[in-house]
Amino acid sequence: MDIAVNTSQSKYHVNKKGYYGDFGGAYIPEMLYPNVEELKEQYMQIISDPAFQQEFEQLLKDYVGRPSPLYFAKRLSEKYKAKIYLKREDLNHTGAHKVNNTIGQILLAKRLGKKRIIAETGAGQHGVATATVCALMGLECVVYMGSVDIQRQAPNVARMRMLGATVVPATSGSKTLKDATNEAIRDWINNPVDTHYIIGSVVGPHPYPDMVARFQSVISEEIRQQLVEKTGKPDPDYVIACVGGGSNAAGAFFHFTDAEKVKLVAVEAAGQGVNSGFSAATSQLGRPGIIHASKTLLMQTDDGQIVEPHSISAGLDYPGVGPMHANLYTTGRALFLNATDDESLAAGYELSLLEGIIPALESAHALAKLKDLSLKPEDVVVVCLSGRGDKDLETYIKHLK
Amino acid sequence: MNRIDQLFQNKPKDILNVYCTAGYPSLNDTVTIVEALEQSGADMVELGMPFSDPLADGPVIQESSTRAIKNGMRISVLFEQLKGLRDKVSLPIILMGYMNPVMQFGVENFLRKCAETGVDGLILPDLPMDEYESEYKGLFEKYGLHNIFLVTPETSEARIRKIDGVSNGFVYAVSSSSTTGKNKEMGDQEVYFQRLKAMNLRNPILIGFGIRDNKTFREACRHSNGAIIGSAFVKAIENSANLQATVKEFVAGIKTNMNR
Repeated sequence: MDIAVNTSQSKYHVNKKGYYGDFGGAYIPEMLYPNVEELKEQYMQIISDPAFQQEFEQLLKDYVGRPSPLYFAKRLSEKYKAKIYLKREDLNHTGAHKVNNTIGQILLAKRLGKKRIIAETGAGQHGVATATVCALMGLECVVYMGSVDIQRQAPNVARMRMLGATVVPATSGSKTLKDATNEAIRDWINNPVDTHYIIGSVVGPHPYPDMVARFQSVISEEIRQQLVEKTGKPDPDYVIACVGGGSNAAGAFFHFTDAEKVKLVAVEAAGQGVNSGFSAATSQLGRPGIIHASKTLLMQTDDGQIVEPHSISAGLDYPGVGPMHANLYTTGRALFLNATDDESLAAGYELSLLEGIIPALESAHALAKLKDLSLKPEDVVVVCLSGRGDKDLETYIKHLK
Repeated sequence: MNRIDQLFQNKPKDILNVYCTAGYPSLNDTVTIVEALEQSGADMVELGMPFSDPLADGPVIQESSTRAIKNGMRISVLFEQLKGLRDKVSLPIILMGYMNPVMQFGVENFLRKCAETGVDGLILPDLPMDEYESEYKGLFEKYGLHNIFLVTPETSEARIRKIDGVSNGFVYAVSSSSTTGKNKEMGDQEVYFQRLKAMNLRNPILIGFGIRDNKTFREACRHSNGAIIGSAFVKAIENSANLQATVKEFVAGIKTNMNR
């Protein structure tokens, strides 16, 4: 395990100006300039430091429980007639891949001398992962969460509070993830000196998308090593991951972007159907624009107001997509598919019954597309199982009836 | 000469720039308010183009934006409203807004429409200086529009000088590290204001964020060429039954005792 700092520059990774092709950049108000500039100037140097890397690796191993297993899913493979492996990010401490990033960023924040941590959260997974590392390091933690999401995700709100975090309801706009992100950015504007903002996905101004992708790249680094052990070759035929903002996909794709024969499959949330008016399939419904200080694809009205997406999975319920993914989509390097709420629920039930693993609804979106890929028996397929489904039990139960 | 430059040439002190969100409180109030502001003695007006996700703004301006969008305000509607406005008012007009709606309208198309309707300058808080210089500066100049940048208490001297070099019209000094409408005490900013003043920038300076009444306005004017009032004005007109009267009363209240 180590953070990708010495990898050769992929044309699909960020360039020196902070862009992925036409996407990315830092469209920030001047009030955020000193903070973002400080990060931009220092993040590579800090995370390349051997002492940082050692501390990061140690925590991933002893605290998070990495490497996460790469599990050969035998019955699922029989069903879809291919060799299907699940990258078990659901077995991480706190139950999802989010903690890889929060461990990295809390170590970075400490080295920057910050005393206070803020974060946004939708379903609460990133909020819990942030509250966890703040407790671990003894730093003050404030998590912004849409007031609508606070109602929907009561158990995660309770977890964050038990971990010592203050959960602040975002009551502006649509009162969900995008508004929680706005409120976190506003908090940072109002507290420019002592505060670090731990963004939870590969979104926001440069250098966040690259920094978060590097912390998550441990996922694909491990996949390569584990595939050598299991199949003799580091490269699979497919890597499949769900995409909201896109952090687990960024981590799962990171070391495969230049291996052009590895098919990268990003699965977005179609909600009730791409054209139903209740969808979060940004690549299909979005146009280039600026959201949360990044130029990317986003869902918007024709006059440029950001629209509210819909997905049964709160973690995919975001009207934009990370700039790395916008570039993977427009260049055609990754195949972008989408799964409806119903398909994803069905895929969640299927994995539970076939493999004894209840997946997060987000991850169930990735599983839902196995049926659409025309897989061949010799194909090696890796699905990133980004999180576990405990948090979604209520939704699963509601739809079982 | 651009009306903003003309204004500072004629009146280098105590400039009052009032912000209001276009299409607020009702869709067709925009022009009424601009006219009332000029008649009441405001020196400049900043019209906000409402955006669903205004990152640099506090709750008052975000709520006014949400309401304006619901009212049907959009950039194309605003340009329709501004047609003919130059026959009625002569004060400088600045449009303030976020990049995404401007990008969707088309940046050059937007700047052309600004020039046609008599807009004098723009404030686009999420357009970074480097991006402006490399992509858009030529277009702004082609259409005779000033682009106004913000500086904050955390902005380094080197960067303030660079911003001053790239800006036209005036430099917008954000009074504290804050979003709009936060009423942080201004006393702490004295050192920052004096530092700015001592830099002898080539552009005039207007102070904004947290300016809300006669006291804060006078305080800001002591350190600069004038001030910008936004959230307090938006609040004042929210439920106004008579906009002309409300605007007149508001401006008079701000400007009391200025000439002593």
